[in-house]
Amino acid sequence: MYETGNAKRIKMQRLLLYVFFTILTLLSILPFWIVIVNSTRSAPEIQQGLSLIPSGNAWSNWTHLRDRGFNIFQGYGNSFFIAASSTILSLYFSSLTAYALIVYEFKGKKIMWGIILMLIMIPTQVSIIGFYRFIANIGLLNNYIPLILPAVASAPTVFFMKQYLETIYHPALVDSARIDGASEIKIFHTIILPLMRPALATMAIFGFIGSWNNFLLPLILINERSMYTLPMLVQLLTTDGYRTEFGAMYMGITLSIVPLILIYTFLSRYIIGGVTAGGVKQ
Amino acid sequence: MATTTTASGKQRRLAKRRNHDKWGYVFMAPFFIFFLAFNFYPMFYTIYLSFTDLAGWATDANMVGFQNFINIWNNLLFRRAVTNTFILWIVNFVPQIVLAFLLAYWFTSRRLNLKGVGFFKSLFYLPNIITAASVAVIFSSLFSYPRGPLNLFMLNIGVIDSPIDFFRSVVMTRLIVSFIQFWMWYGQTTIVLQAGILSIDENLFDAARVDGATDWQSFTKITMPLMKPITLYVLITSLIGGLQMFDIPYLLTGGGPQQSVETMITFIYKQAFQGGRNLNVAATASVVLLLMTTLFSLLVFNSFRTRATKPRKGAK
Repeated sequence: MYETGNAKRIKMQRLLLYVFFTILTLLSILPFWIVIVNSTRSAPEIQQGLSLIPSGNAWSNWTHLRDRGFNIFQGYGNSFFIAASSTILSLYFSSLTAYALIVYEFKGKKIMWGIILMLIMIPTQVSIIGFYRFIANIGLLNNYIPLILPAVASAPTVFFMKQYLETIYHPALVDSARIDGASEIKIFHTIILPLMRPALATMAIFGFIGSWNNFLLPLILINERSMYTLPMLVQLLTTDGYRTEFGAMYMGITLSIVPLILIYTFLSRYIIGGVTAGGVKQ
Repeated sequence: MATTTTASGKQRRLAKRRNHDKWGYVFMAPFFIFFLAFNFYPMFYTIYLSFTDLAGWATDANMVGFQNFINIWNNLLFRRAVTNTFILWIVNFVPQIVLAFLLAYWFTSRRLNLKGVGFFKSLFYLPNIITAASVAVIFSSLFSYPRGPLNLFMLNIGVIDSPIDFFRSVVMTRLIVSFIQFWMWYGQTTIVLQAGILSIDENLFDAARVDGATDWQSFTKITMPLMKPITLYVLITSLIGGLQMFDIPYLLTGGGPQQSVETMITFIYKQAFQGGRNLNVAATASVVLLLMTTLFSLLVFNSFRTRATKPRKGAK
């Protein structure tokens, strides 16, 4: 179809683009790689120069980190507990809300939908002061409840679920169950929820990662060291205690990013799919 | 909006007669109750506090009218925080949207027919899912002085004679913060824009090709105009996200040097939870932020309305 000159030009363009993409790829990976490599090097090695080849000092860095009271496993546990609980709550109640919005006709539905759209755009950060005072007044500082329960009203998840349900829902799906006398909540549990599995999986990943990475809210609500979440532990690495213990500091960062990198290697296809489908913002 | 999209009005009315619709309230109730408790109430509580003098360890709040708003207008640090927030966002967003558009164009070009697009996309997106707190600490150590990896590398290859103290320089620190934001988000923007391009009717491109349009002409004459609503959507969501910038500047330098990366949220956080615990000042700043966010969200609503004529069907 193309003349040879044109074909040659396209080949050249392609080559240049692949080079450019490779540079961007390195830009994505190198910062993490340097940190991971440095977590295996001793402080003098790190101060000598940049290296991309791991050394053999990982264990001693790890013991240094542990001796400073950097309890990464507790951090993993705390973050996991909060992320898992809030994800489950947000998935269940967002699906329920989306179902209500699609299946039923009731007064005030349009207003609720308007509220949900507004909530997507207005981030919780703008009301942290009121949130903090409210939580302090009801005595729930240093408690995970205010980090978990708000997930019941997760507007972006409702939006995504509703979009998905719109494409698969048909009244015939539930009519026969209704004739058989199944209750509405049972229909939701046995017919609708299973159908929503793909959307649930996508939002589970985003919900979990979003909560796992949350820093500001736990920072203002949690003081108790044993209750620190992972990002709060990471924050400790910037303090003076690690000014000289570079290896230990890099080990701390590495331990905080490795779980996400592992998860990403397995789930990136679904994550990219989710971003493509919904323009999801964390 | 929702009622008209599903083409099942008759059956819907049938269901209505069976009086299932009251379940709508029941199923919406948990969302509504938790919305009231954890979103609505804190927001109005914040607004209320912005009209009081609550500060320090006081427990009683007295109404002071608009005094806080007058004060914050004259608060140089807050003004700087607002300016900084916009500077950091613009310096990150302009290159981001340009690169994302180019990448989305290359990724979808049938003439180039590039291989491995999925692979590259997933790598460009990678930084986005990594904890922002960790990313901040990573960059603060990579750029650290005097013997951080970047300084050592530049010394070794002879680009510089003496190490650079990046976080002492206003310009450098701002550039680093903007770069991190750019680095974390261009992958996401690329994916959204690519999905937008893929949703454009293929026939338009075919027709243009028959008429002898080049790839670049199709891109500028067909793709770009049709992508306007999505671009606006990306712009405003990015702006609203940018207004909330906290983790990176706070953990990178704590807002310094010379408050050059002090953002609105770092200002709010520090006012409320450090030093004098000026909850009233923080609440007032929050209300200003809320007003800005609402204004920008309304723009998104309008962009949604223009987009409604041509719904974006996602994944390919």
